[in-house]
Amino acid sequence: MKLRVGDAVLAAAVVALMAVLPSVYSNELLLFNFVMFLTLSQGLNILYGFTGYLPFGYVGFFGAGAYGFAIAVMNYGAGPLPAMLIAAAAAVILALVLMPLLRLSGAYFAIASLAAAQAVYQVISNPALEQVTKGPYGVSLTGVFAPRLSYYVAVGIMAGTFALVVWLRNSRFGLALQAIREDTVSAGMAGVSVVRFRTVAWLLSALVAGLVGGVFAWHISVFYPDTAFDVGISIFATVFTLFGGATTLTGPLLGVAILYGVYNAIGITVPQYFQLIYGTLIVGLVMFLPNGLVSLLTRRGIRVP
Amino acid sequence: MSHSAANLLRVEQVVKRFGGFRALDGVSFHLDPGEVLGLVGPNGSGKTTCINVISGLYPPDGGAVMFEGRPIGGMPMHMLARRGINRTFQSPKPFLSLTVRENVEIAAAYGHGPGRAAPDLRALLASLELDGLAERAAGDLNSAQQKTLDLARALATAPRLLLVDELAAGLNPAELLRMAERLRALAADGMALLVVEHLMGFIDRVTDRVIVMNAGKEIFEGTLATATRDPEVIRVFLGGAHG
Ligand SMILES: Nc1ncnc2c1ncn2[C@@H]1O[C@H](COP(=O)(O)OP(=O)(O)OP(=O)(O)O)[C@@H](O)[C@H]1O
Ligand SMILES: [Mg+2]
Repeated sequence: MKLRVGDAVLAAAVVALMAVLPSVYSNELLLFNFVMFLTLSQGLNILYGFTGYLPFGYVGFFGAGAYGFAIAVMNYGAGPLPAMLIAAAAAVILALVLMPLLRLSGAYFAIASLAAAQAVYQVISNPALEQVTKGPYGVSLTGVFAPRLSYYVAVGIMAGTFALVVWLRNSRFGLALQAIREDTVSAGMAGVSVVRFRTVAWLLSALVAGLVGGVFAWHISVFYPDTAFDVGISIFATVFTLFGGATTLTGPLLGVAILYGVYNAIGITVPQYFQLIYGTLIVGLVMFLPNGLVSLLTRRGIRVP
Repeated sequence: MSHSAANLLRVEQVVKRFGGFRALDGVSFHLDPGEVLGLVGPNGSGKTTCINVISGLYPPDGGAVMFEGRPIGGMPMHMLARRGINRTFQSPKPFLSLTVRENVEIAAAYGHGPGRAAPDLRALLASLELDGLAERAAGDLNSAQQKTLDLARALATAPRLLLVDELAAGLNPAELLRMAERLRALAADGMALLVVEHLMGFIDRVTDRVIVMNAGKEIFEGTLATATRDPEVIRVFLGGAHG
């Protein structure tokens, strides 16, 4: 298949923008949060957009990554880069353990994945594990704090994730995943190894969340199980992706730019209005625009990256 | 009846149960390259189930399915596709949000195994009159076009054995004739076909031999002309919904 140029241009433009912004805008934590959600919603897009599985418990991989990083640093004196590898490994191992969930579908899968994330949270926040995880008291990492470097590593992870989505959108492998999403029986008869392909998508999606969790731990250094396993992270990533439109690169980017933008503009100062607007918006979208904002264009036959 | 182990497909005493109900109750037949076998019978007699078992959707609960001399019962669908078995579906199952071209591209990329040449997809779509629809989403197609797309997707894997399930339903007389010619041409090129169909005119035009099924059992095997004179076949068809 030919690479659609729009995909690569859009991905490169957003990466360049996020790389340049810290030199002109001083609220680095806000920028970091944007990078985090830009990456997480594309990571979720890999699973939901290409295979149709909607993981409400997506934050579980993020939390596993954050704690993988923290445990490597606290208990083994690892440097930040080896600790990032541990973060990635923690999320992928969790995904391997949770593979039986892929036998479920629809709402059952969504809810079971949420329950799994909660179970991991319960283990990590258990006071009995204080020696290893610091339990509910949270972690405070010393010696690795490097906000600039960790910001750029986060941008690098975002770039890698965008590249992955662009590849899925332009490769036979991505097409085969979409075939599985459309009809597993037909996909099998077309020669697609359904179980293996969807496992790959599941692991890639988990890997992205694990890396983001790891770099989050590195960037903020002090956090609690409630932060790293906040279901709000899953909800944000899901809503941003659905709002913009899954399976595209543009959709989740738009979702983050608009919804997370609005959230930061008004949601923090007047959360009650934000929740009202947000709730109304979600209901309206599900009813009138189930394929997200980009479907306003694709419906008219306009190709969207 | 030939009993050589060299048959392309051998179905031997196959049983398929759903709960306590036997949808297939000891079915046996064989099929060779270039041959077109019709599978007819009243509604619910087990024709689709037979295709589902051969194509790997369900494992058989008893008996054996042999393809090219090796047992394939219970093998996953994607492996069977690569070995050279493919099918259409009674209610078509294309990848609805993908384009017609993408539907066949996937099958050509993943479904054709070693030792078989990948067909020219453009020529394939043209031969099935789908070329004008290549960039349309499969979901925009009507039901007859979706069935043809199912066929195109199956053919994109260059199968040695093709199982077609009520492909003719919904086609107009001219389309029926063209479809019959296409299936004959595939057989002339050496493909083995199992054709499930209610339209006897179509069966007559396409098949070399038919099997008549009733309640999961084979009640007749031979030519269609002989079948129409067989007392049990007549009884089953007059008693059932179809003639
Ligand atoms: N997945 C299934 N679960 C339970 N019962 C099934 C299943 N598939 C088929 N059956 C039953 O098995 C019997 C045979 O069904 P099958 O679809 O093979 O019939 P058919 O000969 O193809 O009929 P038709 O001409 O209506 O397509 C029917 O009684 C059907 O209800
Ligand atoms: Mg049937």
